[in-house]
Amino acid sequence: MLRLEGLSKLTGAERYADDMPLCDFLWGMTVRSQSPRGRIVDIRFDPSVDWSQFTIVTHRDIPGCNEVYLIEKDQPILAATHTRHIHEAVVLLAHPDRQALRRAVGKVKVIVDELPPVFDPRAPLAPEQLQHGTENVFKALEIRKGDAAAALTAAPVVVEGEYATGAQEHVYIEPNAMIAWTDEAGVICVRGSLQCPYYVLNALKHAFAREADGVRVIQTPTGGGFGGKEDYPSIIAVHAALLAHKSGKQVKIIYDRDEDMAATTKRHPSIVRHRTGVTKDGLLLAQDIDIIMDGGAYVTLSPVVLSRGLIHAAGPYSCANVHVRGRAVLTNCIPHGAFRGFGAPQTHFANERHMDRIAAHLGMSPVELRRRNLLKKGQTTSTGQVIRDGVDRCELLDAALDAARYDARRQRHAEFNRAHPYLRRGMGVATFHHGAGFTGSGEDYLASKLAVAARSDGRVEVRSASTEMGQGTLTVFTTIAAEALDIPADRVVVANPDTHLVPNSGPTVASRTAMVVGHLIERACDDMAGQLGAARGLSSAPRGGAFLAALDAWGRENPGRELVGRAQYKKPEYVQWYDKTYQGDAYATFSWGAYVAEVEVDLRTFSTRVTDFVAVQDIGRVLNDTLAAGQVTGGVVQAIGWALMEECVWERGAMKNNQLTNYIIPTSFDVPEINVKFIQSPYAHGGGGAKGVGELPMDGPGPAILNAVADATGADPCELPLTPERLMRLIPSGDAP
Amino acid sequence: MSHDTMHIAFTLNGKAVEIDVLPHERLLDTLRYTLGLTGAKEGCGEGECGACTVHLDGLPVNSCLVPTFQVRGRDVRTVEHLSPALLAPLHECGATQCGACTPGVVMAAAWIRDNSHLLSRFSIRELMAGNLCRCTGYDGIVHGVERLVASEQGAA
Repeated sequence: MLRLEGLSKLTGAERYADDMPLCDFLWGMTVRSQSPRGRIVDIRFDPSVDWSQFTIVTHRDIPGCNEVYLIEKDQPILAATHTRHIHEAVVLLAHPDRQALRRAVGKVKVIVDELPPVFDPRAPLAPEQLQHGTENVFKALEIRKGDAAAALTAAPVVVEGEYATGAQEHVYIEPNAMIAWTDEAGVICVRGSLQCPYYVLNALKHAFAREADGVRVIQTPTGGGFGGKEDYPSIIAVHAALLAHKSGKQVKIIYDRDEDMAATTKRHPSIVRHRTGVTKDGLLLAQDIDIIMDGGAYVTLSPVVLSRGLIHAAGPYSCANVHVRGRAVLTNCIPHGAFRGFGAPQTHFANERHMDRIAAHLGMSPVELRRRNLLKKGQTTSTGQVIRDGVDRCELLDAALDAARYDARRQRHAEFNRAHPYLRRGMGVATFHHGAGFTGSGEDYLASKLAVAARSDGRVEVRSASTEMGQGTLTVFTTIAAEALDIPADRVVVANPDTHLVPNSGPTVASRTAMVVGHLIERACDDMAGQLGAARGLSSAPRGGAFLAALDAWGRENPGRELVGRAQYKKPEYVQWYDKTYQGDAYATFSWGAYVAEVEVDLRTFSTRVTDFVAVQDIGRVLNDTLAAGQVTGGVVQAIGWALMEECVWERGAMKNNQLTNYIIPTSFDVPEINVKFIQSPYAHGGGGAKGVGELPMDGPGPAILNAVADATGADPCELPLTPERLMRLIPSGDAP
Repeated sequence: MSHDTMHIAFTLNGKAVEIDVLPHERLLDTLRYTLGLTGAKEGCGEGECGACTVHLDGLPVNSCLVPTFQVRGRDVRTVEHLSPALLAPLHECGATQCGACTPGVVMAAAWIRDNSHLLSRFSIRELMAGNLCRCTGYDGIVHGVERLVASEQGAA
């Protein structure tokens, strides 16, 4: 099936938040602290401006709690007494003229008594730098399996390494956008670009001290999210709603690109240390892993990003003794948050680079080292999760090596590198996994709900809070419902997420939409078809032609009415997770990948170009070839950017290069065609047999590419982005031409 | 405000238009907020992303960098002017995901199709490099443009 809203997007007809015609509205903008840490002593409004023309909102205008409702409520909606990062919102302004508003924002000065900030998550702390708990640690977690310390002592070979990754900006092409108003019934409404309607709803309830019926959230077409519109839109929605509430008018906040890049969340920077015990034949005996993530100024999603990072840190390998420790630490940088992969790309990068370092240490091929350790069915991960399903990991690896013509090419590269004065070619491999759905008991706590309505007009309507943001929710949900009922897809409609109309199917994150929510569609379809069968006196729940005939007959007799089937998440029976010990089934299942990158390094400029890329994966059953391949190619290219060019430059905890002019993301000319292959193995508890696909492709390219650079040059790069400047420092100048 | 504005006439999607504009007004804002043509998007406001691409006298330009008064007497075409039938190859190949870059991508693609002689000197990947896309990884776009050009040549 072609993307359902594809033509609307291609013709430019799709109406995003800033495209909607509004009458008599105000623009809203944000005044920010300008100081990384301090006590707010005054807010000065320049007397040259006629402030009576502006709506002005400070923390005093918040009817409910001045807290952004998320895991912990440590972040204020508008800073009241203190500021913890340079872009913290302090004052909101609204005005009908956008230019006048822009000028006015610069005429408000937040006067701050500066306090000593922290910018390095590893630096020793002075007492006056403490801002959270006793150590500025947002969350500390640990995984233990066997006895890693004893096994390391006894191991014949121990290999150590330290790996670091930088922040990454999402660069969804549609910047953040939100519109707020109060309707005739007094309900505070917002519509805008967002991933998680019920997160925004909860934030509005908390800020306005209202129940769910007093607030309403509607998603507009969303021009990309990648995690960047998971939690931050809650802040913008509350800001817009505060301005609308005070002014009595519709208020529109559209972030300019520079504001969006400066003020909103980024991927957590990480430092990961490995100590690994292996036999001389390359069997893993012990993995000791220490993880630090820079959480930025507030908790936001750091605990769950850290958790996912920890659980994936030991990779898709079998090892009897594992000890993983991790901390998410406060710094006075803008808060880091969700970004596709959610902690796993960072720890996979470290582990997969480390595997190549181990292989080099043993004089073994990196492919053979992986082959000897990849998890087989029945073996257990670091949390003791037994691998029950999926394509054999070695089969994926072999398919990737075949598609890349790995051996033949490496041979050719060796000859090429000997002969060429300054170009070096190499290949790198990464094998990895990604847990689909929320971690541990997360899906249980969410207890997502979904409804499927059979309408008297003969259509079936899927109602969920799962958003379309480019990944294909509309099309895939339509396919799943049509398959579940065995009816043509044009009989299915998917409701636009609106918290007044759709149940809470959970946030649109964590590669959970097709697998977890899709499976709820199937169960709700069962429920609804059962009701229809009963209403028509049939002996069973009808499907196919019998379903349509029954629905048409029922619809004629019940005009304007509907039969609503419902489903709520129930974990598969085999899933057991123990949060206290961090053991058990961290995810109901994993998707798996084996990627091969080929690079060419120019020793004159130290620039690296990815010249070929093979991505082989098991994502369960593929529901839509074009959409699934699009998720992989898109994820791989985002990861190429993260690996080689996307560098956030920091100054006083703020991104200094907050423009697309100097924060460089890949163009079409910077990347090769991605060779995507799926080996399918339908997953029994996923919608249409699907597992997660969205995040997996972010995990493999970073390490595969840096492994390829190591292969090409003999350097041992351990930090990304591997910019030319960084690579130059790793290659002795005597080697350069 | 009349003392601040300039009166200009130009051709927009084949029709004559006359409007008053501020001297510093961007073509992108005129199209979106004055004339209601919201196909072109603002992705960066500094000519890097290409989401605001329109055709000016047949050449693709970033409308966020064009002061509106400069289009007087000239020919402006936007994504709204394209025939939906033309877009099938891009649709089939997965050239659009979130859609925010798409109108700009489509305008660049249409320009390549109309100037396919350029492909003897430049690759599609070079010619599309002015349009950032964060979703597709570009393969869907590149394949779509290949098919668009091929269908045009087949039709010619």
